[in-house]
Amino acid sequence: MAPILQLQSVSKSFGALQVINQISLDVKEGETLGILGPNGAGKTTLLNLISGDLALDTGTIFFLGEPVHSIPASRRCQLGIGRTNQIPKPFEGMTVLENVLVGATYGQNKSQNEGYKKSAEVLELTGLYDQRDKLAGNLRLLERKRLELARALATNPDLLLLDEIAGGLTDHEVAELLTVIRTLKEQGRTIIWIEHIVHALVSAADRIVAINFGSVLIEGNPASILENPMFRQVYLGVETEITAKDHA
Amino acid sequence: MDWLNAIVQGILLGGLYALYGTGLSLIFGVMRIVNLAHGDFIVLAAYLSLVVTQIAGLSPFATILAVVPLLFVFGYVLQKTVLNRALTGNLLPPVVITFGISIILQNALQLIFSPNSQGLDAGSLETASIQLGRLNIGWVPFITLITAIVVLAILQLFLTRTALGRAFRATSDNPGIAELMGINSRQIYGIALGLSLAIVALAGILLGIRTNFAPAEGPARLLFAFETVIIGGLGNLWGTLIGGIILGIAQVIGASFNPGWFQLAGHVVTLLVLAFLPSGLFPRTREL
Amino acid sequence: MRSLLYTPERRIAVIGFLVAAVLISMASWGEIRTMSLLIEFFYLLALSQLWNLLAGYAGLVSVGQQAWIGIGGYALLVMADDFGIPLGLAFLLVGVVAALLSYPAAKLLFRLRGGYYAIGTWVVSEVFYLLISGSTSWSGGGLGRSLQAARFIQPPAMRITLVYVIAVVLAIGSIALVYYLMRSRLGLGLTAIRDSEMGAASLGVNVNKLKLFVYVVCAAGTAIVGALIYLNALNIIPKAAFSVNWTAYMIFMVVIGGIGTIEGPIFGTIVFFLLRQYLSDFGEWSLIILGCAAVIIMLVAPQGLWGIIRGRSQIELFPVRRKLSPNFEKSE
Ligand SMILES: Nc1ncnc2c1ncn2[C@@H]1O[C@H](COP(=O)(O)OP(=O)(O)OP(=O)(O)O)[C@@H](O)[C@H]1O
Ligand SMILES: [Mg+2]
Repeated sequence: MAPILQLQSVSKSFGALQVINQISLDVKEGETLGILGPNGAGKTTLLNLISGDLALDTGTIFFLGEPVHSIPASRRCQLGIGRTNQIPKPFEGMTVLENVLVGATYGQNKSQNEGYKKSAEVLELTGLYDQRDKLAGNLRLLERKRLELARALATNPDLLLLDEIAGGLTDHEVAELLTVIRTLKEQGRTIIWIEHIVHALVSAADRIVAINFGSVLIEGNPASILENPMFRQVYLGVETEITAKDHA
Repeated sequence: MDWLNAIVQGILLGGLYALYGTGLSLIFGVMRIVNLAHGDFIVLAAYLSLVVTQIAGLSPFATILAVVPLLFVFGYVLQKTVLNRALTGNLLPPVVITFGISIILQNALQLIFSPNSQGLDAGSLETASIQLGRLNIGWVPFITLITAIVVLAILQLFLTRTALGRAFRATSDNPGIAELMGINSRQIYGIALGLSLAIVALAGILLGIRTNFAPAEGPARLLFAFETVIIGGLGNLWGTLIGGIILGIAQVIGASFNPGWFQLAGHVVTLLVLAFLPSGLFPRTREL
Repeated sequence: MRSLLYTPERRIAVIGFLVAAVLISMASWGEIRTMSLLIEFFYLLALSQLWNLLAGYAGLVSVGQQAWIGIGGYALLVMADDFGIPLGLAFLLVGVVAALLSYPAAKLLFRLRGGYYAIGTWVVSEVFYLLISGSTSWSGGGLGRSLQAARFIQPPAMRITLVYVIAVVLAIGSIALVYYLMRSRLGLGLTAIRDSEMGAASLGVNVNKLKLFVYVVCAAGTAIVGALIYLNALNIIPKAAFSVNWTAYMIFMVVIGGIGTIEGPIFGTIVFFLLRQYLSDFGEWSLIILGCAAVIIMLVAPQGLWGIIRGRSQIELFPVRRKLSPNFEKSE
C-alpha cells in the first residue's frame, strides 16, 4: 500500500540558515510516527512544511498520492492534514466553540449547521465542552493546548500533526492525553507527533524518527530507538535537561 | 514626438519622485507603517519655505536650513506623541491616524493660504537651463536629481556604516530582539519619521521652486511616492531612484500624447508592474 | 408570537421590518424637506456599514471607496441616458457593473499589504476618475452631466419620495447584509481571519477568497449607493463623484462610532450627521474637527463610542455569538 504521506528530499532554509536538509520520509496510513530532536532541530519547521504554513525550497511532498507542496495551507487542511501549534494561537476574540467551529466548517468543507455536530463531539473528546462559551483569549495555557487539539480534530484530519501538545502537562494529564491519542489511532487516523517527553512518545508511537540539524539521524521502532547508543548519547542528555527545565 | 527629450525630462522628474519615495519607504522599512499624510507634508514644506522667504526675505534654497530641521523636529515629536501609540500591530490605527492628519493638514493649509496655488521665487535660476544640442536641461530639475542621488548615498552610508543606522536595521528586522540589544525602538521610530520628513522638506522646497503648488495637491504627491516605491521594489534604496525615473518617464511620455494622460500613464505603469512584477523591478528580501 | 421571536435572527428580522415599515410609511405622511434631509442620513448609514464590513470585518482598510461612488453614479447615467436602459433596470445593473470592475481591481490590490494596499485603492480610484474625466462625452467636462432619464419622474416631489424609500431600503438592507453575513459561515471565517490569518488558513479558511468576496460585495453595494446619491442630486461632476472626501466620511463615521461592530457605524453616522449639520457653516474647520475627532478616538478609545457604551452596560443589539442549540446537548 502506498504511504499516506511521502516527503522526498525536502529542504528549507531561512537566509543562510539551512533548517531542513534533504529530509525524505514515508508515513503509512494509520501509523503514529513520533519525532524527537533537540531544540532548534527543525521539527516545527518540518511540520510547517507539511501543513503548508511554510513553502519549501526544494523537494516534493505527496499526500494521499497527490503532490501538495505547492498548494496553500487551507487546501491541504481540506484534503485532510490537520495541525496543532506549539505555541497555541487561538482566535482570541472568539469563543472556544467558535474556534472549533471554524475547523469543523471550513476544514471539512461543510455548512455551519453540519459543523456544530462535529464541534460538540471534539469538545467532549478534548474535555472542553463545559468551557465552550468562554472567550479563547481568556483560556489558561493548558486549555489553549487542548483547544489546539480540538480545532485540529474538528477538521476531521486523516493526518494529524501534533507539535508538543504534552509539554507542561502533569503525569495525570499526560495519561489523559494518551487515552485521547489512542482513541484517534483506533479511528484509523495517521499521526505525526513531535514531543520532548520521551516516555509518552514511546508508549504511543509505532515508529520514531530522531532529527538533528534538519536531517534524519536515526529511525526505528520505539524499543530499538531507546537502545540505540547514538540516541542515548545525543538525546538522553537533552531529555534530562528538558525534564530539569520543566521542574524549574 | 521627441523621445530623447521625453526620456531626459522624465529622468529629471524622477529625481523629485525618488525624494518623495525615499521618505515613504524609510518609515515603512523601519516600522511597517505607511504615512498617508506623506504628500501633505511635502506641500506643507513648500508652504513653510514660502513663509520663511516672505518673513526673512531669503532665497528659497536658503530656507532649506530652516525648513529641514523644522520638519525633522516635527516628525520626531509627532512620532513620539501620536504615532508610537498607534503601533499596536493592528494595521488600522496607523492608516486612520495618518489619513486623519492628511485631511487636517489639507484643510488647515487651505484655511491659512487659500485654495489658490502659489510658487516659490528663486529668481532667474528657476528658468535657467543648460543647452545640450537639442536637449534643454533645467537647472532646478538637474539640482533635484543630484540632490536625490546625494540623499540616497548618504542614507545608504548612514544605514550601513553608523551605529544608529545599524540600530535602524536591527529594529526593522525585529524590534523585540533590537530591544534586547539595548536599542530603544520608540526612539528609533521618532528619528525615522524625523528623517523621513527632513527628506520630505527637501522635496517640498524643490517642488515649490519648480512649479506652483496648492493645499489640495498632497494626495497626488502621496500617490507618486507610492508608485515610485512600488515600481522600484519595496525596501530597495536605489530601486527608489529607478522607480522614480520610470514613473517620471511614463508621465512625460503620457503627457506628450495628451496632457490629461500625465498622471494616468504613471498609474497604468504602476498597475502593470503590480500585475506582472508584484515585487517591483528590484525586489529585495530585506526592508532596509 | 413567542416562536417568531425565538432566535436572535428572527427577533432582529421582525424589528428590522417594523423599523423599515415605519420609515417607509413616512413617504406618505412626511414632509419633503425632512425626507430630503433623511435621504442623506440613510445613504451615509449604508456607506458606513459597507466600509465597516470591508475594513472592520475583512481587514481591508481602504481609502479608495470613492471609486465605487463615482462608478455607481456614472454607470447609472451612461446606462440610462446613453444606452436608453430603463432607469429602474439601470439602477440594479449598477451593482453588476461595479462587481465586474472590482474583481480585476481586487486581484491587483491584494498583492499589496496594509498601508500600501490602502494607497493602492486610491490609485485605482484615480484611474477610474482620470479615464472618465478625460472623456468629455461621458463626463460632460468640468460642468458635469445631469441625469436626463430622471426628468420623467414627475412631479419632483415624487422623485424625492422615491429616492427616500430606496435610501431607507439600502440603509436597512446594508445593516441586514452585514448582520446575516456575520452570522453566516462567511462571517465565521472572516472573524477568524481578523484574529489570525495564518491560523484561519491552517483550519481550511481560504483567506483570499473570502476577502475577495467581501471586496466585490462592498464595491457593488457602494456603487448602488452612489447611483442613489446621483439619482438624488441629478448632476454629477467627476471631481466630486471621485472625491476622497467620500471615504473620509466613511472612515470618520465608522471610527467615531466603533469599528468592527454593527452598532458602531449606526451611532457614528448619527453623530457625524448631526456634527456636519452643525458644522456646515464652518467650511474647512468642519473637516479639521472631524479629522481630529477620528485621530483622538483612534488613540484613546479605539473601540469608538459604541465600545464605550457597551463597555459599561454589556448590551448587544446585534448578537453574533454562536451557541450550541439544545439539540446538541451532551450525549451521556
Ligand atoms: N521564520 C523563521 N525565520 C528564521 N529562522 C527561523 C524561523 N523559524 C525557525 N527558525 C529557526 O530555525 C531553526 C529550527 O526551528 P524549529 O522551530 O523548527 O525548531 P524545533 O525543532 O521545533 O525546536 P523546539 O524544540 O525548540 O520547538 C531554529 O534555529 C530557529 O531559530
Ligand atoms: Mg518546535
